[in-house]
Amino acid sequence: MDLKQLYQDIILDHGKSPRNFGKCVGYNSEAKGYNPLCGDLVQIYLKLNVEKKVEDLTFEGNGCAISMASASIMTDLVKGKSCEVAKKIIDAFLKMIKSSTEMKSDDLDDDQKTKIMSLSGVKQFPMRVKCATLSWHTLISAMEEKKEEVNTEVID
Amino acid sequence: MNIENIKSQFPIFSKKINGNSLVYLDSSNSSQKPMCVINRLNDFYKNEFSNIGRSIHSLAVSATNKFEETRMSVKNFINANSKDEIIFTKNATESINLVATTFGQQNIVKGDEILITDLEHHSNYVPWHFLRETRGAIIKFAPINDDGDIIIDELKKLITSKTKIIAVTHISNVTGTIVPIKEIVEIAHKKNIPVLVDGCQAVPHIKVDVTDLDCDFYAFSSHKVYGPTGVGILYAKKKWLEELPPYIGGGAMISEVKKDKIIYAKLPEKYEAGTMPTAEVITFNESIKFMEAIGIDNLMKHEKEIKNYALEKLRTINSVKIIGNPKNKAGVIAFMIQGIHPHDIATILDDDGVAIRAGHHCCQILHAKLNLTATARASIGVYNNKDDIDMLCKAIENCRKIFDLK
Repeated sequence: MDLKQLYQDIILDHGKSPRNFGKCVGYNSEAKGYNPLCGDLVQIYLKLNVEKKVEDLTFEGNGCAISMASASIMTDLVKGKSCEVAKKIIDAFLKMIKSSTEMKSDDLDDDQKTKIMSLSGVKQFPMRVKCATLSWHTLISAMEEKKEEVNTEVID
Repeated sequence: MNIENIKSQFPIFSKKINGNSLVYLDSSNSSQKPMCVINRLNDFYKNEFSNIGRSIHSLAVSATNKFEETRMSVKNFINANSKDEIIFTKNATESINLVATTFGQQNIVKGDEILITDLEHHSNYVPWHFLRETRGAIIKFAPINDDGDIIIDELKKLITSKTKIIAVTHISNVTGTIVPIKEIVEIAHKKNIPVLVDGCQAVPHIKVDVTDLDCDFYAFSSHKVYGPTGVGILYAKKKWLEELPPYIGGGAMISEVKKDKIIYAKLPEKYEAGTMPTAEVITFNESIKFMEAIGIDNLMKHEKEIKNYALEKLRTINSVKIIGNPKNKAGVIAFMIQGIHPHDIATILDDDGVAIRAGHHCCQILHAKLNLTATARASIGVYNNKDDIDMLCKAIENCRKIFDLK
């Protein structure tokens, strides 16, 4: 995959016009993620219902196209899923971004997988992998209601 | 030496990066190395290697002499008074830590003030922060104006009877601001306050005369001056080096060791404990010769021409904004492209073989002041020419195309 493919339509589209941007109404958990190397910042707002289903998921922040697109696509994919399924999707994404080109998941349809796989090329730019994973780690933190900020220099 | 053909002396420029010729615009971070420097390092290891100091065999004597020759060259290059005022460290960061630690031990007590500026690299802030943590020092920051110049009147106002040292950069590694060191030293010395200068960005690019500047400490590194990594330099006035305690203890920095008493070595060995980066220090002499062969005036003239060309061309590109507009600006150009994050710029430029840096450049205080989290930065070295700047601008245009900017 070359660079132009990485910065393909999906990344630019989501990077420039992120979906689910802002604070959602009635969120009951939030978490903050920070990449001190580039100053990228993301804030996740999560609304879980009594059955532990993701009723709403939004984010705010500023950062590069890769981090914004990644957060945007993530909110699209995880919304409506149970916590358990959401965690599986996160795991699959983190595996893909580090070592695979494919997104292996039974919980997403082909369209959704294609969308998320547009980020897989980032692993060829190791300095940028943390841009792609920041929001996902922050979502884990929100789901687990951890108090401390996610810091890319501390996590893997 | 013909400056127009100088690129041919740097073997790295025959390499392709992502299929393109390398356009290296990251010299503020570290410079590339000319063949004479690479050969010297190789030669020393191949034919001349020995540790320096105590041994009395021929190789050791020769290596020791060469090591001291570099010290002499550095002394002459920055016009120090004595070669005893030149201390080798592992990098400029260590040079500053040496001063902060030893000066702090002897002179800083709770409530004492250290005056730095908003322009400082983390390496000229964090070592002083240690004194805030361990000795209760207070750190004050002299502010800059919107152009990126230190506001000298504000700096003056921040000096109190508690100010124990002023630490300031010679040239900003973000805005390229050339700081009026002489003026600051005069202000400080009127109140008997010593001044440390972080000269990392200055020594490779402008004439530095520490006697004329009259500063007390001056720190820089070899690797930014076309020399090897692993070598830092600390210039300090002799009286300070005699007065301050040693920094790192061990072999070579002692003259006599007994169970109840240790006498430290004379200068400069007092500050050079353990095995030094022998080969790299000896090689650094070749970098100084390289700089001298070009002639600092020629080098300054060339880099100024390239910088002005770059500023002029970058200003014609829509949505490019240059950060800072200081009175005197070196060839360090931080910029933004509206609508594209600096990390995306750096990744996309790299694809065209253009190496720049993106991030906060170890200056988070300055970026917070500018209300930015990151900037892109193109910085010029002696090997850059107008073609490089044309390639930079072309790559920026490609970047804008990918992001569909009008």
